[in-house]
Amino acid sequence: MTVALSGEETAKKIAEQFSGAVIEASDQAILVKSDSLSEIAKYLKDTPEFNFDYLVHISAVDYLDYFELVYQLASLEHNHSLVIKTRCYDRENAAVPSIVSIWRAADFQEREIYDLMGISFTGHPNLKRIVLWDGYKGHPLRKDFL
Amino acid sequence: MTLKTEPFVLNIGPVHPSTHGVFRMRATLDGEVILDIEPIFGYLHRGVEKLAEERTYTGIIPLTDRLDYLASMTNNFAYCLAVERLAGISVPERAEYIRVIIAELQRIASHLIAVGAFLNDCGAFFTPFLYMFREREKIVDLFEMVSGQRLLYNYMRIGGFNEDIPDEFLPALAKFTQQMPGFIEEYEQLLAKNEILQFRAKGVGILPREMAINISASGPVLRASGVKWDIRKADPYSVYDRFEFDIPTGTVGDCYDRYRVRVEEMRQSLRIINQAMEQIPSGPVKSEVPHLIRPPIGEVYARIEAPKGELGFYLVSDNSIAPYRCHVRAPSLINLTALRDMMRGWKVADAILIFGSIDITMGEVDR
Repeated sequence: MTVALSGEETAKKIAEQFSGAVIEASDQAILVKSDSLSEIAKYLKDTPEFNFDYLVHISAVDYLDYFELVYQLASLEHNHSLVIKTRCYDRENAAVPSIVSIWRAADFQEREIYDLMGISFTGHPNLKRIVLWDGYKGHPLRKDFL
Repeated sequence: MTLKTEPFVLNIGPVHPSTHGVFRMRATLDGEVILDIEPIFGYLHRGVEKLAEERTYTGIIPLTDRLDYLASMTNNFAYCLAVERLAGISVPERAEYIRVIIAELQRIASHLIAVGAFLNDCGAFFTPFLYMFREREKIVDLFEMVSGQRLLYNYMRIGGFNEDIPDEFLPALAKFTQQMPGFIEEYEQLLAKNEILQFRAKGVGILPREMAINISASGPVLRASGVKWDIRKADPYSVYDRFEFDIPTGTVGDCYDRYRVRVEEMRQSLRIINQAMEQIPSGPVKSEVPHLIRPPIGEVYARIEAPKGELGFYLVSDNSIAPYRCHVRAPSLINLTALRDMMRGWKVADAILIFGSIDITMGEVDR
């Protein structure tokens, strides 16, 4: 059975390494500052205790006041999982750091979020629309898209 | 005198029999050797995730049918599982067993097409494909018996099933599970040791173990690269923890391994079906579910081992009758991430083979 790591306890360990990076932590998820996202992701992947070698999926949700990005991580070795979230408040120039250099699985998924939700991923090697065509106006998964 | 040459750009697809749907590969070639390849998606994009935000929870089930349309039953399964976890709905035991039987039948049906189409791409032109369609037809007949449909079943419901399986279903299933091992043997005799097949598929399109994990490959693609990871074992859902079965893995991660893993998985699925048929209890097949489901505010990620890999639904509820967000973790899309690395350096004919061995459905890639 996959064990969901407690967000609160893991958040303490992250906070020891990166002070001020964790905004809040619940049992289900850890909310981190988007500036520290890639450092934290790297830490979670490279620390043998966590060994999050597998990025299950990335999703983005439009809560109108902010966008929330959801990163579901898993470790095949330890068979545990963790959810990392980050928020993006700027609707016009929404951007978060890309994690393609850590998990290549993010490649198409970040492009899809960029395409449908309109969030840029800084550092993505090939950030362009994936399912809609170039020149398409708007981002359909945003709640204000009509 | 030296001839001046330059790379040549070739579009393979979007409408091409070897792309298994409307998929385009923009290949840069040096003669016949692939220098670079860029996958281009979107020809079958229907905005399923956006459509889902305006439908009731039950009304989304037909949309899920149209994701991986060669494995509609498992799509229904993953979605229903997600809603049941979100809303705290239990499923009667008999329904869980029927779900397992149906899902494993669907896995066999999907793998039959995957293997058949792959052999077709290898050059065994349509003979093995039609052999495998012959058996898939038997599974489709069984599905028609329970759901009345032959492709997009729309069969599972949140909380179980609408109706119990008909009386003639289990005897027909028993007949099928008796016949099927013989048919698999038949394919094996025809092809497994075939020299041309081995020559074309062994060592071609290798996906190394580390890369397979790093791109989050799942399903037979991941297992062929030597990773023993199957969600039915690693994170059991439904009643999968009650059955004995093995997880077949490959060693090299080439096209041949992916083909072998799929054939072996069909045998394991039959093992599961046989055990499920023995253990299936009687009783109701649907729990009490309100007409309009309003799950409490919250979110859930539920995943299953679909024929093509890890199929997951991420649902966010705002306590209304429709999900606030419905995200599909599509194995077909994510398994394609390393396409360029797998194809670079091979010839165009091999690229077709490599693409066929990944086994994707465009309905799921583009959504």
